[in-house]
Amino acid sequence: MTTETPTSPPLLRLTDISMSFGSTQVLTDVSLEVRRGEVLCLLGDNGAGKSTLIKIMSGVYQPKSGKIEVEGRPVTFTSPRDSARYGLATVHQFGGTFPLMTIGRSFFVGAEPEKGFWPLKRFDRKFANEVAVREMRQLGITRVTDGDRLVGGLSGGERQALAIGRAVYFGASILVLDEPTAALGVKEAAHVLRIVMAARKKGIAVVFITHQVTHALTVGDHFAVLIRGAKAADFRKGEKSREEITDLMAGGEAMAELEAELDAYENAHEGHAPQIA
Amino acid sequence: MTSQDERGARGRDGAIAVKPSAPPRFDVGGLIRRPETGALIGTVGVLVFFSIVGGRTFLSSAGVSSWLNVAAELGIIALPVGLLMIAGELDLSVGSVLAASSMTTSIVSGNWGMPVFVGILSGLALGLLVGAANGLVVTRTRVPSFVVTLATNFSVAGITLALAIALTGSTSSSLSAGEPAKTLLGSLIGGQFEVAVIWWALAVAVVGWLLHVSKYGNWIFAIGGDLESARTMGIPINGVKIALYMSSALGAALVGVIQAILYNGAQVAAGQAFVFNSIIAVVIGGVLLTGGYGSVVGIVMGTLTFAIVNQGIYFSGWDANLASLILGLMLLAAVLMNNTFRRMALSYSPKSKPVEQGRR
Ligand SMILES: Nc1ncnc2c1ncn2[C@@H]1O[C@H](COP(=O)(O)OP(=O)(O)OP(=O)(O)O)[C@@H](O)[C@H]1O
Ligand SMILES: [Mg+2]
Repeated sequence: MTTETPTSPPLLRLTDISMSFGSTQVLTDVSLEVRRGEVLCLLGDNGAGKSTLIKIMSGVYQPKSGKIEVEGRPVTFTSPRDSARYGLATVHQFGGTFPLMTIGRSFFVGAEPEKGFWPLKRFDRKFANEVAVREMRQLGITRVTDGDRLVGGLSGGERQALAIGRAVYFGASILVLDEPTAALGVKEAAHVLRIVMAARKKGIAVVFITHQVTHALTVGDHFAVLIRGAKAADFRKGEKSREEITDLMAGGEAMAELEAELDAYENAHEGHAPQIA
Repeated sequence: MTSQDERGARGRDGAIAVKPSAPPRFDVGGLIRRPETGALIGTVGVLVFFSIVGGRTFLSSAGVSSWLNVAAELGIIALPVGLLMIAGELDLSVGSVLAASSMTTSIVSGNWGMPVFVGILSGLALGLLVGAANGLVVTRTRVPSFVVTLATNFSVAGITLALAIALTGSTSSSLSAGEPAKTLLGSLIGGQFEVAVIWWALAVAVVGWLLHVSKYGNWIFAIGGDLESARTMGIPINGVKIALYMSSALGAALVGVIQAILYNGAQVAAGQAFVFNSIIAVVIGGVLLTGGYGSVVGIVMGTLTFAIVNQGIYFSGWDANLASLILGLMLLAAVLMNNTFRRMALSYSPKSKPVEQGRR
């Protein structure tokens, strides 16, 4: 594993990225750096622009202005394929796996292993299944032993492991995860966090998006908070307390203010806490 | 929290080491997981049923050829239509493409007296052209394919009628194809079985290879399963869809050409029944209407089921309209069963852990 000197260029650097959809300004001059073997946590409320930012990183959208550099060289990503060539792998917030396909088939979508000779080349199912199961096992998913099972039958955490295992297998150097723990229970979420740590240990740079401060604090080395499309804070592990981060994410409002609001709500609704999605 | 979880994970490892679960050779889960299981039950069901009520003639070679011929013509179209459905798209234009191609072949080689292979190639080329147009419009405009191909069906029917009258002064055309075209495309083997049966068998082999053996099948399933993910994984979505539309139109054109040569002519109004019949066959065959799931064996079973009901009714001595009723009910049952089988396939795992979560 290589440890970078602080002077070497970061694996990925975004400078003054701005984005708008029609007249809606979604991102304003956001700058970020992602370094090898580091987990960058991107925090922010719903609609802050986190997904949009990572879609720019992965070439789904092109920014209206700003600069993207990979290891110091300026690049433009015009498609997800483009960013993949530079070692970026993205697991998007929704989807990313195919529920009605088998584990082995979905692992290799778009990069199918083949055997035999043209024009009778065959999809190598055995190899695909073996690799998929092996990669998931390396991420600690030991209950999945049959690569012919359908992805839709996997739990949320197992699906994340499948997607992350795929990225690792195809040699990603930057792994971008959009809310990988959002739909998961405590145990599954812990498992995904452990997978993130495992990826970092391999020297992969991870961009980890989450709402949950606890999850961020568990794995993050470096944090950035987005508020309404602008970067509100950028700090390293240990520089801010959990309360400070929570306050930041709530849009700068003090937590006390929020608590007062919640109390008022509970009083008004006869003791029922507001439902949390 | 972390240490507890670690223990949990190790416990799981231990359980697996103690109890290695080698998948048994014959397992119910594996069977349920296959999209053609329901279709197979349907085909066997109607075959047994009509063998009983249809009497001995139903299983005689005359009886078998009557439904096999129907199955062959329908099957050549249903296979690529099934691929399209797995990719999440519909093609409602196969009816007019069939008529347009058979008219083209018949006019070129009949009315105009050109060599029959020129007529055949013109008919097939016309099909490919319409298919490419369908594919281009669907991928460029993102208008639902239901609407695009319905519009194509009407437009092509209109153009065919107008051109036929302008060119020949009639809505039909006659053609007497010589050898070897007659033997290859429009003859009856043993006086009973259409050569189309052999073309269908070839199509089954090619499409089966494409969908289940080659890597292109993976692309088709991925496109129908989750279009956006397929796109981000670098699959040439537009190219695949255009190719699929061209293949369904080619299937329809081939049947059109076969009919023109077999029946020594063509009519502008032919073929419209194939629009819905192909969809019925595909859905009865276990392909999911919403895409992402299906198999070639299933499509073949669905086609056979359709043909057996469609022809078997004549051997039963009942009102032939009952065939439509039976097919309608089977279609409904198939959709319900497809959903059930799919749910079972999804929740099937060796340890039978209840699932259906994780997607937000
Ligand atoms: N394609 C689009 N067209 C128009 N507006 C969009 C588009 N994509 C996102 N937006 C808007 O941009 C803003 C940021 O959206 P984004 O999905 O990036 O938020 P997010 O931070 O990922 O939120 P969440 O935490 O809920 O996932 C939202 O107001 C959203 O409505
Ligand atoms: Mg988001």
